[in-house]
Amino acid sequence: MLQLFRRLLLVCLVKPIAKLVIGVDVRGRRNLPTKGPAIIAANHNSHIDTLLLICLFPSASLRDVRPVAAADHFLNNPLSSWFSQKIVGILPIERKGRARRDVLAGCREALERDEILLLFPEGTRGEAEEMGNFKSGIARLAEQFPETPIVPVYLQGAGRVLPRGARIPVPFTCSAIIGAPFNWSGDRSSFMQTLKSTIETLSSAAPPLRWL
Amino acid sequence: MAIDWFLLQPLALRAGFGALLLLLILGSLAAFLLPRLQPGKWSDLAPRMGSWWLICIIVGAALLVGWQAFTILFAYISFVALREFLTLAPTRREDRMVVLLVYLSILISYWAIWVNNYDYFLVIVPIYVFVGTAITMAFMGRTDGFLATVGIMHWGVIVCVYNLGHVAFLMRTPLEEVPQAGPAGLVFFLIFVTQFNDVAQYVWGKLLGKHKISPTVSPNKTWEGAIGGFLTTAAVFVALAPYFTPLTFYPSLLIGLTLPILGFFGDITMSAIKRDLGVKDTSRLLPGHGGALDRLDSLMFTAPWYFHMLAIFALERF
Repeated sequence: MLQLFRRLLLVCLVKPIAKLVIGVDVRGRRNLPTKGPAIIAANHNSHIDTLLLICLFPSASLRDVRPVAAADHFLNNPLSSWFSQKIVGILPIERKGRARRDVLAGCREALERDEILLLFPEGTRGEAEEMGNFKSGIARLAEQFPETPIVPVYLQGAGRVLPRGARIPVPFTCSAIIGAPFNWSGDRSSFMQTLKSTIETLSSAAPPLRWL
Repeated sequence: MAIDWFLLQPLALRAGFGALLLLLILGSLAAFLLPRLQPGKWSDLAPRMGSWWLICIIVGAALLVGWQAFTILFAYISFVALREFLTLAPTRREDRMVVLLVYLSILISYWAIWVNNYDYFLVIVPIYVFVGTAITMAFMGRTDGFLATVGIMHWGVIVCVYNLGHVAFLMRTPLEEVPQAGPAGLVFFLIFVTQFNDVAQYVWGKLLGKHKISPTVSPNKTWEGAIGGFLTTAAVFVALAPYFTPLTFYPSLLIGLTLPILGFFGDITMSAIKRDLGVKDTSRLLPGHGGALDRLDSLMFTAPWYFHMLAIFALERF
């Protein structure tokens, strides 16, 4: 019931708003998997990024799409917690987890359920429209699921629509550039290198961003 | 039901839509056959025709439904064009709220069209949006890049809201003044002639084009294409004007000869802006065409001209 409500809300309200009001230019759509398990890895500028990624998927795939998001940020009050988990379908992750706890357990379970993880390896929105360092959690996941395709995505523009700290979104056309899927390479540092350089290469296909 | 209602539309408009349908079908046939005859050469024709179908269906439906639907559609088209423009043009971090204010000017301008107040429409964008954005930006306090950014905002609002708004305002022409095909016929004719001119220039250029007009701005534009296009469009305009507009022969000849030139310069101007910004297309909204601005560039220049020429020669209302 809730699943149906979520899908209706996403298809009838969220997607049209994203497409008609914000505007998304998509390149490389055929690189996007419609079935899990898969890990979508994108750069992160804004909460709008999650919206953009969700809107890339056809209605039928939405059930399996799980954005990985910070528990400390989204579960800090009951309303936000309910909305984030039940409607957006986030997979909460403890960013400041104690050393003993396995922060990736939720992600692993999701991949075992053949879900599609949306992951922002930067781990934070950071400065709008600037790419920060990638955290290596994604490499650990890829190592444990070597058959799972990793799909690199470069997102541009969301940092202007709603930068960190801003409350009112302002429409600017955003770009999502989806790269070819790749798999675990056998080595963490080379994997992270490939991921970051692939997303940087994808960024050159985006229109020039002049935000002074 | 729908058929009866369509039959109530003026004859010229029905014939116009019929001709448009024929052109779309012929174009789609070409998009189906040409890539098979000359593989690789016509690959973008099919998506281009697909977008044409979409444009014609949406704009055509709004025209037939009436001025309310058409005003809402054009307000949205203005928004999409302005959004594309402000996404590509340089803006400063502090200007996010000014951009929101500039979007608001669409609502105010189209409200003036909705309440049929031409005086309001004439002054809102060039004076009050001009003053309003400048005040807000000065108030934000950042001075580096001020003049360039405030200029960009004004440029965007004028072409995307003010100039395009004239198309929607033309729908408010009283029916008594345009018994030929009604206000919808007037607007249909403007959009048809403007887009026909683009296509005619392209076709003549492909057939005969040799001497480039402006190699630095738009390398595909040739004198042969431009002149062939101008003359073809002028002939079509003069031949069809009596069925769609209240224009007499000499005024229609004058508009027929000048309108395609304005369309040509609208196209060239947007090309210059795109070169300046370092992009080929303004977005990927319309497969095969590019962005909304790529399709609207000539209409942004022809619409006010057509509007004012009609106001001078034929319409009492404006």
